[in-house]
Amino acid sequence: MTARQRLWAFLTGMAGLAAFYLWGLAGLPGFGAYPGPYGDIINRIALAQTNATGVVSAVNFDYRGFDTVGEEFILFAAATGVATVLRHLRGERERAARDEALGVNAPPTSEAVRMTALILAGPVLVLGWFLASHAQTSPSGGFQGGVVLATAFILVYLAGQFLALRRISPVDITDAVEAVGAGGFAAVGIAAVGMGLAYLTNFLPLGTIPGAVSSSGTIALISFFVGLEVGAAFILIVSELLEQTLLLREESR
Amino acid sequence: MNPARVLAVVTPYTVTPGLMDALQVTVLVLVAAGATAVVLTRVSARQVIALSVYGLLLAVLFLTFQAPDVTLSELTVGAVALPILLLLTLAKVRRREK
Amino acid sequence: MQVFPFVVVAWILGVGLYGIVTSRHLVHLIVCLIIVQSSTYVLLLGVGYVTGAVAPYFFDVPVHTPAVDPVVQALALTDVVVEAAVTALLLALAVQAHKRFGTLDPNELVQLRG
Repeated sequence: MTARQRLWAFLTGMAGLAAFYLWGLAGLPGFGAYPGPYGDIINRIALAQTNATGVVSAVNFDYRGFDTVGEEFILFAAATGVATVLRHLRGERERAARDEALGVNAPPTSEAVRMTALILAGPVLVLGWFLASHAQTSPSGGFQGGVVLATAFILVYLAGQFLALRRISPVDITDAVEAVGAGGFAAVGIAAVGMGLAYLTNFLPLGTIPGAVSSSGTIALISFFVGLEVGAAFILIVSELLEQTLLLREESR
Repeated sequence: MNPARVLAVVTPYTVTPGLMDALQVTVLVLVAAGATAVVLTRVSARQVIALSVYGLLLAVLFLTFQAPDVTLSELTVGAVALPILLLLTLAKVRRREK
Repeated sequence: MQVFPFVVVAWILGVGLYGIVTSRHLVHLIVCLIIVQSSTYVLLLGVGYVTGAVAPYFFDVPVHTPAVDPVVQALALTDVVVEAAVTALLLALAVQAHKRFGTLDPNELVQLRG
């Protein structure tokens, strides 16, 4: 099928999709006229039931914790998939050394970039920790905190070389941290089962001050584990891609 | 269905509903334009920068939809995770093409 | 304003799909896939919006203030991070495809396997 035919088939399909979409849109309540009871009910009872002032994180880790376990394992599988797809294939190194014999002349990293990245690495790490541990108080949570934690390590790579990144986050330790994060989440859920409750019930004491860091039971704990797992997963993915990109350069030295 | 609710709470940073509507429409138009720009740019480091700017516009849109958590996620992913993944892939692919 | 956000969602979806269909480089295709995914975030948040309401965080406003739907925000929030990781997997596949076949043109990749 040529490109022209593909384009015409696409336009026909899009016309059909647009017709169905407009038909469905006619039956929606307008933007802002929210009819459903579920959101209002959760907003009203979440603070009383879980002592968490951040209702979105309470929904994520308590009311719909099971969905979050599934999403976290999608992340885990994606990180494992990247490590598997980018593994060292047999015979790859020899071919690389022969073909790319001359080194690539890349300009060295500018001093401004290195200094900024070095100065920012520490505060970004603290920010990631803060975000991962404050899920129940304000707009933060494990997922955002995890990505910011991975950012701190990427800043170390920008400030130095790939070897610096590999030295402070060796693959074994990052793998172990990711496994601890994913397993910890599942373990908190199974601990509830061991106590005779349903899976992922919020069984820890809820604390007295709503929205304090130590309040809201398992929500804070689960958010911390999720932060570890997401951070380690992204560090692994970036390390794998960096190794692939720089592997040839290392071999041609 | 439900009539539009009047202003629920007055804080020092509340805006009137009309102003909020105008803000949302503006950012929605910018987001649509940004998406078109990203698709029409050729693949290069320039398209990655365009994607990053699109992520920033999306984050502002989510903020006007009263969703600060999603804003945080989109900011970190769109500014750090996606650009570095795309740039590393492009560097790897371009080197072989030379 | 009643349906404008949903029209924008349809536009972003259409533009992204057009980019995927007429793409000539696998990485460009993946970037257009990111655009298509972003349209679903806008749709989710647009469905849950309440006019004149605040964000669902109650540490500075009293509990019975009308707030936006938090369930769709929880969905969109995990969505954003997880789909970045899935994009990473797609990029890894593109890297290996380039190593094996030497090209990243979708038209030529189809014909190579014979």
